[in-house]
Amino acid sequence: MSDSVQNKLKYFAKRAVILFVPLCAILLFLLFPFYWTFVTSVKPSEELFGQTVTYWPQNITFEAYEKLFSQVNFLKPMGNSFLVASITTVITLVVSLLAAYAFSRYDFKGRKGFMILFLTNNMFPTVLLLIPLFSIMRSISLLYTPWALVLAYATFTIPFTIWLLSGYLNDIPASLEEAAMVDGANRAQAFIRIIVPVLIPCIVAAGAYIFMQSWNEYTFAVMFTNSANRTIPVELKNLIGQLGVQWDLLTAGGIITIIPVCIMFFFAQKRLVAGLTAGAVKG
Amino acid sequence: MNKKRMQPWPYLLIAPALLFVASVIFVPVLNAITMSFQNYDLRRPQNIGFTGLENYSAIMIDREFWSSLGNTVVWVLLAVSLQFVFGFIFALLLNKPFRGRGVIRSVSLIPWVTPGVLIGLMWRWIFDGNFGVLNDLLLRAGMIQEKIPFLSQTTTALPSVIVAIIWQGIPFFALMLLAGLQGIPGELYEAADIDGASGSQKLFQITIPSLKNTIYVTTLLRIIWVANSVDVIYNMTEGGPAKSSQTLSVYIFLKGNQLNLGYSSAMAVLLAIMLSLVAVPYLRQMFRQN
Repeated sequence: MSDSVQNKLKYFAKRAVILFVPLCAILLFLLFPFYWTFVTSVKPSEELFGQTVTYWPQNITFEAYEKLFSQVNFLKPMGNSFLVASITTVITLVVSLLAAYAFSRYDFKGRKGFMILFLTNNMFPTVLLLIPLFSIMRSISLLYTPWALVLAYATFTIPFTIWLLSGYLNDIPASLEEAAMVDGANRAQAFIRIIVPVLIPCIVAAGAYIFMQSWNEYTFAVMFTNSANRTIPVELKNLIGQLGVQWDLLTAGGIITIIPVCIMFFFAQKRLVAGLTAGAVKG
Repeated sequence: MNKKRMQPWPYLLIAPALLFVASVIFVPVLNAITMSFQNYDLRRPQNIGFTGLENYSAIMIDREFWSSLGNTVVWVLLAVSLQFVFGFIFALLLNKPFRGRGVIRSVSLIPWVTPGVLIGLMWRWIFDGNFGVLNDLLLRAGMIQEKIPFLSQTTTALPSVIVAIIWQGIPFFALMLLAGLQGIPGELYEAADIDGASGSQKLFQITIPSLKNTIYVTTLLRIIWVANSVDVIYNMTEGGPAKSSQTLSVYIFLKGNQLNLGYSSAMAVLLAIMLSLVAVPYLRQMFRQN
């Protein structure tokens, strides 16, 4: 064998050992549960609870998905989740965008203090807020309405979104709006005509994140909803209790839950990751 | 940036956010503190009233509190340190150029955005004692002789839920560390190569020191999240069997669910105080950066 071929082989062997083998191992660990959930959801139940575990279904069936909508009415919790997540997203975005603009564009007395205040809010244990919020929602009759969840989700979405959006805003040079203001626009006009269009992709990314978080949340949802306005995670957990061993239905529900999350995540991922990592990596 | 003078605009702009946060965070926190000094059990509303430190002294002799606290320590330490180790390895791998890197990076982030309930459900099925795939794999590999009921044995329940939370946390660590890795100037490594530094020297003398800040901030943040997490454990084991996988957050959640709001508030206040040991350094670091 010539030297160059040997060197090439050595290079590939080394690259396989230090790169591809560990990479495949981690990817296998991270992605296998999704594969397994999907495969389970399309197996007929005889195969699911058969003597041997099959790693690829011998007969593919979408019966579980059909049953999920005909027997359990999975559409209802999907609608509830969609409603709560949408309202939370819109309210959070509006409120946080205004605050983020103030933090990014004005130097005012107490600015640092207020920023710390918002940052601190992310640190409170969920269970610390859960209990008093339950009793407050109960006393103002919001318990078991979608608004209870919207308000509860604001506890983590608003502080986080302010932080994320101020990061994005800081990257937009103030000279952009100043130019518009020289041309006679006032600050509000400059904000709406100049800043918002530039910021749209970031707003979409932040919105997707808020939506995902609200869509996924369980701890508040299980205490603040009843059978009429249950969200998907609560319904899924409920199915575990009810169906016990019907893993085909449960996994089908899981797949349906995660599809919207995946779609949103792929659209928002680039900006979202940039915004999230910017804060922690700086300094 | 506008000059510092008393102007109403910035205050008006933050007012709505402040109003929200005050009503859904500050008021409830004060409320929780007040309730923690009360006998506040919604199942016995006629007995509600201040009892001073009674909840706290009851907690001090509550064995379930101490065992949950112990589980929390194990849960946080093992989960966060292993999330870090695997996240770091993953970030180092993703930092090398190869074809398809972008796709792999985004696909591998999905566990991070997967709902906790679904994580619990997926892993509960994988760990299942009768039809679970993990048992099947271990049997086929000859590593075990008979199936292990992972989630219904007190010795294996906590390690099993820890595996699930590690799975969830690896992508987040990898994401943060990868961003940090990409910020290290290439000249540092070139200079080290000229000096004949080995791979491990470069790792310990360039890579890790450059990432110090990212590692610090991400770890603190992760500790808080993992300590507060309820949904994964609750959906895999509900804290059982025999409370063996019950962390403090899960215990507080269960007590709250039973409507004993005073007692659970007192425990939540204690948890918040303990977590402030982590939150304060985090906030200080973020403050310094701003």
